[in-house]
Amino acid sequence: MGHTKHNPIVRALFNDDDVVLGAVKDLRSNGYHVSEVYSPFPIHGLDEAMGLKRTRLSTAAFFYGLTGLFFCSWLTWYTMISDWPQNIGGKPNAYWFLNMPSFIPVMFELTVFFAAHLMCWSYFAVNKLYPGAKAQNPDPRTTDDHFLMEVELEGEEADLTKKLQELGALEISKVEA
Amino acid sequence: MFEFKTKTKQLAIALTVVGAILWVVGFALNGSSSHDAGHGHDAHATEMHADAGHDTHAEEEHADHGHDAHADEAHADHGHEAHAEEAHDDHGHQAHAEEAHGDHDAHAEHAAHQIANRPWSALYVAAFFFLGLGLGQLFFLGIQYVAQAGWSAGLLRLMEAQSFAIVAPLIVIALITFLGFGHVHHMFHWMVEGINVPGHENYDAIIAGKRGFLNPVFFTIRILIYIGGWIWAAKVLRKNSLLSDTGDGVAMWKKNRGVAAAFTVFYAVTSSTSAWDLVMSIDTHWFSTLFGWYTFAGMFVSSFAALILLTLYLKGQGHLEWVNENHLHDLGKFMFAFSVFWTYLWFSQFVLIWYANIPEEVTYYMQRFEQYKVPFFTMLVLNFILPVLAVLSRPAKRVPGTVVMASVFVLVGHYMDHYVMIMPGTVGDHYGFGLVELGPILFFAGLYIYVVLSSVAKAPLLHKNHPMLTESKNFHQ
Repeated sequence: MGHTKHNPIVRALFNDDDVVLGAVKDLRSNGYHVSEVYSPFPIHGLDEAMGLKRTRLSTAAFFYGLTGLFFCSWLTWYTMISDWPQNIGGKPNAYWFLNMPSFIPVMFELTVFFAAHLMCWSYFAVNKLYPGAKAQNPDPRTTDDHFLMEVELEGEEADLTKKLQELGALEISKVEA
Repeated sequence: MFEFKTKTKQLAIALTVVGAILWVVGFALNGSSSHDAGHGHDAHATEMHADAGHDTHAEEEHADHGHDAHADEAHADHGHEAHAEEAHDDHGHQAHAEEAHGDHDAHAEHAAHQIANRPWSALYVAAFFFLGLGLGQLFFLGIQYVAQAGWSAGLLRLMEAQSFAIVAPLIVIALITFLGFGHVHHMFHWMVEGINVPGHENYDAIIAGKRGFLNPVFFTIRILIYIGGWIWAAKVLRKNSLLSDTGDGVAMWKKNRGVAAAFTVFYAVTSSTSAWDLVMSIDTHWFSTLFGWYTFAGMFVSSFAALILLTLYLKGQGHLEWVNENHLHDLGKFMFAFSVFWTYLWFSQFVLIWYANIPEEVTYYMQRFEQYKVPFFTMLVLNFILPVLAVLSRPAKRVPGTVVMASVFVLVGHYMDHYVMIMPGTVGDHYGFGLVELGPILFFAGLYIYVVLSSVAKAPLLHKNHPMLTESKNFHQ
C-alpha cells in the first residue's frame, strides 16, 4: 500500500532480516522508493530506514486512557455517591472526592482497559482488518521465515534486478500496477 | 578521558564547606527563638516521641493554656479532632493522654526535644537522600552484570563512579545513629533510656516487644554489615572493571557477574532491613511490610535522575561520544518506570492503611495529612504527575531538555519524600526549611560532585574490553 504513483512493482524475496534492512537503506539512498516490506516479525529500525511516518496511535492511546479515567470518575460518582450512596467500612461518602482513594484501583483499571481496547480497535480499523478481510500478503512464506520487499520500478528494470541480486535477493519478480 | 578541572573541584569543595558552615550556624541558632526557651527539665523526656495522636494533643493543650505562641486556632482544632478519635479507639493512648494532662512540663520537654532534633534530622534526611543516589546506581551496576545487559556497557564507568558516593553519607548516617545511643539527640524513639524496662517511667510495652530486633548491639552489627557489604561490592566491581582494561575483558566480566549476583541477593535483603533500621524505626510503634521496597524505589528512581544528569553533563563536556539518544531513551524509560513503581508502592501502602483505619497504623498518615500537608502532596505531584507528563511519550525521552526537567522534578520530589518520611517522627510540627536543611544539601551535593567526578576522571570513560561493547555502541530502538 502507500504507492500513489502507478509504477510497476518489483518484488524481491530475502531470507535474513539484517540483509533486508541493509537493502532498504541501500535502495533508498540510491533514489528508489521501497513501498512495502512483509516480514514475519517486526524488524528493529525498519520503519526509520523506510522513511515511514511515526504512528499517531500512541497519541490516540493517551486520549483513550484519559477518556477511561473520566468515564470511571463519572461511573464511581454516579453508582457509589449520587444514585445510591454506598457506605462501605464507614468511609466518607458525602462527596466523591472524600472517597476517591478507594476508587483509584478501578480508575486505573478502566484507564488501561479503555487505552488497550480502543487502541486495538483503532489499529484494526486503520489497517482494514475485519472478519473475512482478504490477506494482503503476496507470498505466504513471509509469515514463516522469509522477507519480501516491494520496490517501485523507476528506470531500467535490469538495473534494479541487478542491484537487488547484489543486495542478496533470492527471488525477483515484476508486477504490473 | 575526563579531566576534573580545578574550577569544578573548587566549586564542589566550596559547596561542601559552605554547607557545613550553614549547618553549624543553623545548629547554633536552632531553638533560640522565643517560645522554646525556658524548658530545662529532664524528668519526662521523650515519653510521647514520634506519635501523631500525642503530638496533636500536645498542641491542643498548649493552646488551651494560652502558653504557646505557635499553636494557632486551626491547629488546635485539628488537634482536638485527632485526640477525640484517638481516645475513642485506643485506651492505651488515652491513658497516656490523661497522664499528659496532668503533666504540663512533659509536653514542653517533648517540644524542646523535637526542636533540638531538627538539625540532626535535617542532616539525616540529606544523608539518606544522597546515599540513595549512590546506592541505587550500585544496585543498577550489579543488575547490568547479572542480566548480561549489553546496551549499558558504555555507561558502566559512570555507575561505578556514582556508587562510590555512598561512603560519605553512610559514615554520617552511622554517626548520627550512634550518637542516638548516647542521647545526644532524640530521633529514635526506641533508643530512649529505660524504654524496655518494666516499671521505668519511659517503659513502652510495644517497643519493649521489639527489643529482640531493635537493640543497640544488633542494630550496630547490622549497620556495620550494610556499610561493609555495600562498599565491598562497589570496590570489587570497580577493581575488576579497571583490570579488564589491561587484561582479559571476558574473564573480568565473568568475575564481576559472580560478584554482582552475590551482591544482588545481599542487597535484596539489606535494602529492606536497612530501610526498617534507618527510617522506619524512627516511628517505632508503626510498621509497614512494604516499607523496604518503598524506600528502595525512591532511592532507585532518584539515582536514575542523577545518572541522567551526569551522563548529559559529560556529554556536554564533549565526552561519551558512543552514548546517543537511544541510551538516553533507555535511561529515561528506567526513570519513568520506577517513578510509576514508586507511586504504586506509595499508594499500596497508603490505601490499605486508609481503608482499614486501624488506629496504630493511621497515626502515621494522620500526622502527615495534618501537619505536613503541603510537602506531602507537593512531593506526590513532583514524583508522579510531573515526570509522567514530561517523559510519557517516546520523543520526549530522546530529547535532553525534557529528560533533564523530569530528573530535576524527581530529585526535588524525592528529597521531599525522604523529608516527609523522617521529619514527622523526629521534629513533629517544628519543621521548616532553613539553614539546617539547606546546609546538609549543599554539603552532600558538594561531596557527591567531588567523589563522582574525581572517580570518573581516574579511569577512561570507555570500558574498552567489555565483551558487549559493540552491542552498546550499535544500540538502537
